[in-house]
Amino acid sequence: MEKTFTCVVCPIGCELTVNYDENDIIDEKISVHGNSCPRGEKYAKTELIHPERTLTSIVKCDSSTLSMLPVKTSSPIPKEKLFEAMKLINTITAKAPIKQGDILYKNFVVDGVDLVACRSVKV
Amino acid sequence: MIYDVLVIGAGVTGTLIARELTKYNLNVCFIDKGPDAANASSRANSGIVHAGFDAESGSLKAKLNVRGCAMMKDLARDLDVAYRNTPSLVICLSEDDRGTLEELYERGIKNGVPNLRIIEKDELRELEPNVSENAVAALYAPSAGIVSPYELAIAAGENAVQNGADYFFEFEVKSINEEKDFIAVSDGNRCVCAKYVVSACGIRSDEIAEMTEDKDFDIIPRKGEYMLFDKSCAGIVKNVLFPLPSKKGKGILVAPTADGNLLVGPNANIVEKDDTDTTTAGLDEIHKGALSLVPSLPPLKNVITSFAGLRATPSTGDFIIKQSNTISNLLHLAGIESPGLASSPAIAEYVVQKLSEMGLELTENKKFEPTRPKVTRIRELSDKEIQEKIKEDPSYGKIVCRCETITEGEIIDAIRRPMGARSVDAVKRRTRAGMGRCQGGFCMPRVTEILARELGLDLSDITKYGKESKLLFGKIK
Amino acid sequence: MTENIKIAIIGGGPAGLAAALGAYKQGVSENDILIIERDSCLGGILNQCIHAGFGLHRFGEELTGPEYAERFIKQVEDTKIGYVTDAMVLSMTKEKEITYISPSKGLVHLKAEAVILAMGCRERTRGALNIPGSRPAGIFSAGTAQRFVNIEGYLPGKEVVILGSGDIGLIMARRMTLEGAKVKAVCELMPYSSGLARNIAQCLDDFDIPLKLSHTVVDIHGKDRLTGVTIAKVGSDLKPIKGTEEMIECDTLLLSVGLIPENEASKGAEIEFDKITSGAVVDNFRQTSVNGIFACGNVLHVHDLVDFVSAESELAGRSAAKYVTDRIKSCNKSITKPTGGVRYIVPQRYIPETVDEKTEFFFRVGKNYRNVYLKVFCDGKEIMKKKLLRAAPGEMEHITFKGQALDAVRISKELEITIDEEV
Repeated sequence: MEKTFTCVVCPIGCELTVNYDENDIIDEKISVHGNSCPRGEKYAKTELIHPERTLTSIVKCDSSTLSMLPVKTSSPIPKEKLFEAMKLINTITAKAPIKQGDILYKNFVVDGVDLVACRSVKV
Repeated sequence: MIYDVLVIGAGVTGTLIARELTKYNLNVCFIDKGPDAANASSRANSGIVHAGFDAESGSLKAKLNVRGCAMMKDLARDLDVAYRNTPSLVICLSEDDRGTLEELYERGIKNGVPNLRIIEKDELRELEPNVSENAVAALYAPSAGIVSPYELAIAAGENAVQNGADYFFEFEVKSINEEKDFIAVSDGNRCVCAKYVVSACGIRSDEIAEMTEDKDFDIIPRKGEYMLFDKSCAGIVKNVLFPLPSKKGKGILVAPTADGNLLVGPNANIVEKDDTDTTTAGLDEIHKGALSLVPSLPPLKNVITSFAGLRATPSTGDFIIKQSNTISNLLHLAGIESPGLASSPAIAEYVVQKLSEMGLELTENKKFEPTRPKVTRIRELSDKEIQEKIKEDPSYGKIVCRCETITEGEIIDAIRRPMGARSVDAVKRRTRAGMGRCQGGFCMPRVTEILARELGLDLSDITKYGKESKLLFGKIK
Repeated sequence: MTENIKIAIIGGGPAGLAAALGAYKQGVSENDILIIERDSCLGGILNQCIHAGFGLHRFGEELTGPEYAERFIKQVEDTKIGYVTDAMVLSMTKEKEITYISPSKGLVHLKAEAVILAMGCRERTRGALNIPGSRPAGIFSAGTAQRFVNIEGYLPGKEVVILGSGDIGLIMARRMTLEGAKVKAVCELMPYSSGLARNIAQCLDDFDIPLKLSHTVVDIHGKDRLTGVTIAKVGSDLKPIKGTEEMIECDTLLLSVGLIPENEASKGAEIEFDKITSGAVVDNFRQTSVNGIFACGNVLHVHDLVDFVSAESELAGRSAAKYVTDRIKSCNKSITKPTGGVRYIVPQRYIPETVDEKTEFFFRVGKNYRNVYLKVFCDGKEIMKKKLLRAAPGEMEHITFKGQALDAVRISKELEITIDEEV
C-alpha cells in the first residue's frame, strides 16, 4: 500500500510517500520517501501507525497582569485525544508567579506527557 | 412625566430640533428605535452641505437649504464638529450639456445661493488638476461645505441632553394616541407622554403618518452606495465634484470628507426599507461614475470601507413639514432627503416656529448653553497641550486606535459624556477609533475592553451596535 | 520633553527585540538603545500566536510564539537594554527626530542618531477587497479573532467561515475548532493556498475542514449579527462565476487575506518605498534610502517565518551599530532586479564590494512553479543557474553566492534574479 502525507514537523512541509504492508504495519516494513530529514521519516511512520499532535491552548490564569496563560503539551499526544485534552485544559487554573516551562499538570491525558506553561508571569 | 415636546427620531434633523427646543423653557425628550443617534440616513450619506442650487425655486427645500448652509459653519463650531467650507463643482463633461449647467446656475441665483458662477475649462483645471479631460466647464459654488453627518447628529443630541433634554434609545414607536391633555407614544412596553410631538423619522416617516391616519404621501427608499478611500488618497480632489444632475438625483460625486478621507458615491436605486447592503453591481456603478469625473482615481485596494444609506424620497418632491389632520399637536416631518443635512439647522428653526404657531409657548431659556464642552482630540492638539493633557490624565497618553491616533482618554470620555457611547460603533462615531485603514482590526478588542470596564459589563455583553449585535459568545475557560 | 539616543527602535516585537540585541552585541551600550513599544509588554504579535512552529531554524526546536518571544525578551531584560511600553510613535523625520507619546512619559521628542523601523504589519480588511453585503457584527480579521481567543479567552464565533488560506487563517481554523466552534469552510481566491502545506494538513485536514480553492465570498448576510455568507467559484480572471453561488449559514466570517507592512510612522522620513513589498527600499545592511534609518522584519517585507525576521533584524541592529560608531559612508549602491515571475527581491540595493558568502538575497515568486530554473545575472551575464523543484508565492526563497559568482556580484551594478520555465 502507498499513502502520502504532508509532514507537519517543521514549516518546510515535505510531501512524504509511505509504502507499507497493510497486513503487517510494523516499523521495519515501512519505507518513507520525500523527507528531507530523519524526523520526516519518523513522522511518517508515527502518522501511519498512531498519529500524534502537540496541543497548544490557554488556561485561566490567576494573575493581575495576564488573564489567559498559553500552554502546550510537553510532547505530542495521540491525535484522537485532542478534544479530551481540551476538556481537561478547560478545568485548569494556573497561579502566578509562573515560569515558562513550569509543569501545570503532570501526566496530561497520557503518561509521560505534561502540560507546561509557555509564558512567564511575575505577579 | 409629561414632556412639553417629544421628538421621534434621533437623526440629524431630530437631534437638532431637540436642541433648538432646549433654547426655550421646555421639557424636551427625543427617542429613536436604534441604539444611538444617527442610525440611518444620518449615518451613511455624503456629508455635503449643499449650496442650494439643486432644489426647485420657491420650494421648502430651496429655502431651507440655502439658509441651513449659511448656518452650518457656526453651528459646527458651537457643537465642536468637523466642518470644512469646501466649494462644490458641478462638472459639465460635454458642450451639449452646457444648457443644463446654465439652468442650474439660473436656479441657484433665484434660490439666493451666494457667489455662484460658471467657470471655464482652464480655471477648472487649475482648481482640480485631476478632473477629466472631457470637462468643459463647471458650476462653482463657494458657499458649499462638508461636515461629518453622524458627528453632527450625535453632537446636537449631546448638546440637547446637556441642556436638559431626556432621551430613550431602542424605543420603536408602535402607537401614537391622543389623550385628554397629552399625546401618548408607546413602543408596546414603555410610554412617553408629551403635549407636542414632532415626528422626524426619515425613511419611516410614512409609517408614523399611517399610525395617525395622515398618510397622504409615500416615502420611496432610494439606496445610495459609497466607497471610502484611505486618507492618503484625499489629495486627488480639493472640492466636492458632482456630475450634472439627472432625474435620479445629484449623481455620483468625488469628494473629500470632513475627516480627511476621499468619498465616492452614491448611486440611487429604489429598494426595500431595511436594505443597506452594498452590492457588486452598485460598487461597480459608483466606481465607474467616479472615474468619469476623475479618471486618475486611486486603485480600489485603497478603499478602506464601503457602505450604503437610504434616502427618504417623498412622492411630493419637496420636504413635508405639516401638522397632523387627526392629532392637532403633532407635526410630521417627511421626505427630508438630500439636501436634508444641509437644511437641518434651518429645519430645526422652522419646526420650532411651526410649533409656536400650533400653540407651543416659547419663553427663552436663559441658561441655554449653545456650545458643547470641547472634545479633547489628541491629534488636533499642540505639543504643549498634549503634554498638559497627559499630565492631567495619563489615559490621554495611551493610543488605542493607531490609524486615527485616538487615545484611551478620548474613548473613556465618549462613554462618559452625556448621551454616552454604549457600543463599539457608537465609540467609533464619536471618536473615530476604528475608522482608519485597519478598520478596527487593532483597536476593536481594546475598545471592547474599555467599554466593558467603563459600563461594568462582561466582554461578551458588548455589542457592535446594540440589540443582537454582540461581538463575542462568552468565555471559553 | 526632548531626549537623545543613539539607536531608537520603533517596535518591540520579534524584529525590534532582535535588532536591539544585534546592536548591543555589536558593542552599543544598553543605555544607548531604546525600544519603543506600543503595547503594554514586549513581544508583539508573538504573544497571541500560541501555536507551535517558531524557532526551528534558529533554536533547532519548535517553540510557541510566547516561548520564542520570551527568549528574546529575557535577553533584552538581562542586558538592560532600554525600552518603553504603551508608547506610540506619532511621527518621525528624515533628521531622525521621533515624536512619541505614552501615559507615563507624556509627549517625547527623541533625537536619534540611527533609527530602526520594526513596526511589523497589519491585516488587510474587508474594505480593501470590496466584499459587498451588509455590515453586521461577526466579521473579524483572523488576527483580531486570535486576540479575542488567546489573550482575552473569549470565543468570537460558533459557526465560522474563513476567507483566505494564509497561515493565520489556517491556524485560527484549528484554534476555533479546538475551542468548540464549527469551521464550515476555508475559501481561497487563488487556485493554491498561500499557507504552509503543514498547516493545511494539521489545521484543516485533521479536523475535516474543507478548503475551497478558487472560491471567494460574494455576499454577506445579517442585520445585527452575521447570519451567513454567499460564496462562489472564481474563474481564471479571479472573478466570481455566475451560477456557482452557495450560501453558507454562519455567525462569523474571519478574514485572512493578506498582511501589509505598517509603514505609516515612517512616511514622514521621506524614505523610498518598494511598491511591491509596501516596505522600504533597503540595501544589504537593511539601510533605507535615508542614511541612518534601517528597516527589518515585517515592516520591510512580510515574512513567513519569524526565524528569518530575527536574523534580518539582528543584521539591521548590527548595521545601525556600525553606523553610529564608524559611520557607514554614503556610497554607490547597485540595484537588484526581479524579473520573470520573481515579484520582489530584498534587499533592493547592495553595496557590491560588501557582499560576502553570508549575504542573503530574499525573493518571492508570483505563482506556483515546479521544476524550473532559478537564474541570476550580473549586469546581464548569467552567474548562477539552480534547479528549483518547487517555488510558491507563500514561501520566501533566499540565495547566497560564493566563488566566481560572488566575485561577479562584488563588482556588479545590477543583479537580476529570474525564473526560467523553459529549462
